[in-house]
Amino acid sequence: MLNYTIRRLLFTIPVLLFISFIVFLLLDLAPNDPTGNLPLTIPPDVRERIRQSLGLGEPIHVRYFLWCVQFFVNEPLNILEQWTGLQFGSGDRLRVQSWATRSPVVDLIVERMPQTLWVVGMSYVVGIIIAIPIGVISAYRQYSWFDQAGTFVSMVGFSVPTFFTGVLMIVVFSVHLDWFPSIYDTTHRVTDWQSFWFQVRQMIMPVSVLALFNAAQISRFMRASMLDNLSQDYVRTARAKGVREPVVLLVHVLRNSLIPVVTVIALGIPQVFGGAIITEQVFKVNGLGQLLIIGIQGADIPLVQTLTFIFAVLIVFFNLIADLLYGILDPRIRYE
Amino acid sequence: MSEQATAHRPRSSHARSQWFDVLDQFLTHRGAALGMIFFVLVCVAVTLGPALWTLDPNTIDIRAKNQGPTLLHPMGTDQLGRDTFAQVLAGGRVSLAVGVTAMLLSLVLGTLVGVIAGFFRRFDGPLMRLTDLFLALPLLPLLLVIIMLFRDTLRAAFGPETGIFILIVFVIGITSWMQTARIVRGDVLALKEREFVLAAMSIGTPSRRLILRHILPNVLSPIMVSATLGIANAIITESALSFLGLGFPSDFPTWGRLLFDSTNFMTLNPERVIWPGLAISLTVLSVNYIGDGLRDALDPRIRGR
Repeated sequence: MLNYTIRRLLFTIPVLLFISFIVFLLLDLAPNDPTGNLPLTIPPDVRERIRQSLGLGEPIHVRYFLWCVQFFVNEPLNILEQWTGLQFGSGDRLRVQSWATRSPVVDLIVERMPQTLWVVGMSYVVGIIIAIPIGVISAYRQYSWFDQAGTFVSMVGFSVPTFFTGVLMIVVFSVHLDWFPSIYDTTHRVTDWQSFWFQVRQMIMPVSVLALFNAAQISRFMRASMLDNLSQDYVRTARAKGVREPVVLLVHVLRNSLIPVVTVIALGIPQVFGGAIITEQVFKVNGLGQLLIIGIQGADIPLVQTLTFIFAVLIVFFNLIADLLYGILDPRIRYE
Repeated sequence: MSEQATAHRPRSSHARSQWFDVLDQFLTHRGAALGMIFFVLVCVAVTLGPALWTLDPNTIDIRAKNQGPTLLHPMGTDQLGRDTFAQVLAGGRVSLAVGVTAMLLSLVLGTLVGVIAGFFRRFDGPLMRLTDLFLALPLLPLLLVIIMLFRDTLRAAFGPETGIFILIVFVIGITSWMQTARIVRGDVLALKEREFVLAAMSIGTPSRRLILRHILPNVLSPIMVSATLGIANAIITESALSFLGLGFPSDFPTWGRLLFDSTNFMTLNPERVIWPGLAISLTVLSVNYIGDGLRDALDPRIRGR
């Protein structure tokens, strides 16, 4: 297992390098000019010298190497300095700065992180809590009306895009019924019960939209995995020796069926960040997804590069976790 | 002629081919049959609709702005008095065209990679690593970035509509082939060990013909299933891009664009949001049901049960 973990960790290095290279290349090949913002009165030869001083005259592999150093060495050290207060080296390292706000990109991301984690994380948890019982019951009572309804709802859940369910909920619950606010207020502070209730009310809609979408997929996996296990010999053995039905279902079968589902859940976490881009946009939650959209609309390249790369790192990281979890949870799986 | 043969005659006169069986099984799946009917209806409506519903989607009639459903405008009008029904029809044409074209592109790519990786052992490792790498890319952010960066160049080269169409189809296509490639590779690997492939190999069939005559027809069913999933995925992705304001220009309606534009008038004219959203959702739902039915119908273990 340790051996496998080390091997997997080593494999993530080329993957991350490949992804960073693609992100770098995309922005490098793109037909835009970093001096485009400067006044038109600057003569072409001066403009060329500005470009040279920005390092654009260097060959592409040198620029990529410098970019990597900035991303993998300088920025993490900067963050460490901020968190621990210690100083590493001389301390006057470059920072990746947003072109639009002129502040370090990392600060912007740290600002936006809590909102995304609250809304998106909560919706994922809610989705899982809904999905697992639905999957268990649908599998146990296969082809019953409950199973049919569950199949239909989950089909609807992943066919209807979140930008429609979200808008529909706003129309029904904010415009017509006026129950919930349509815009998520991130400046809201929870100080007493009343403000807590407001926080709950404004979170209900974004969380339920994302939770429906996640529950639709997870409940399908749960059902399939339960069905696989229910027909196994050990279930018959357990019943034959007189184990009570709830114990068979909830201890024997559920535990074994959760193994693939847990890995699916781990694999889905980064996708939630991606899907949350749209939901955040619908409900005006100013989280990471919305930051990305703002960056893209304003052509804020350092910001966009950093965010895209962070999303990529999340995907690679959770793929790794899913693989390792599978090995830990299921003793039959052995990576030689 | 023996009695046995005559007893079988009524059946053989029916000419029951494999595809007839598949169709039979497909139609017993109620959701799939309904989905098929709905999808065909949508396709007919968006292709023939603009010829029958002659109102132009871009005609501005400011006196009739923000109307609810009336006889003249069955889905109401937008803030400039343009007919929503005509816009939904025109938008559907673009959305479906993007969906089908992007699906074809990703299918061709996925099948190519899958067959080559499964058939030629030499390419298996590199191609599957490439697939893994693509699966690790954050797709939606990357799509947004690509469109942001290359929008203007393609617009200048091919005109505003064609340029964006090419760009969107291309980026959706090259970011959604991985699942198809994995499934096809798995099936090709299994097929390669079968006797008929061995027999064909042993009489010296060249690889190209082996793939075209023996391998491809047998991996058709997973390809068809992933085709339907591909259409659904492409329609959703295109709408999502348009919804985020990074798709087609606003005078060129697509379903996602219409939804995006109407969210600004949600309090004034809430019904307007429903139509394009409903069109996207029902189309994707029907396509997903078709895929579900196809999977059952093409699986010989389930068929005939």
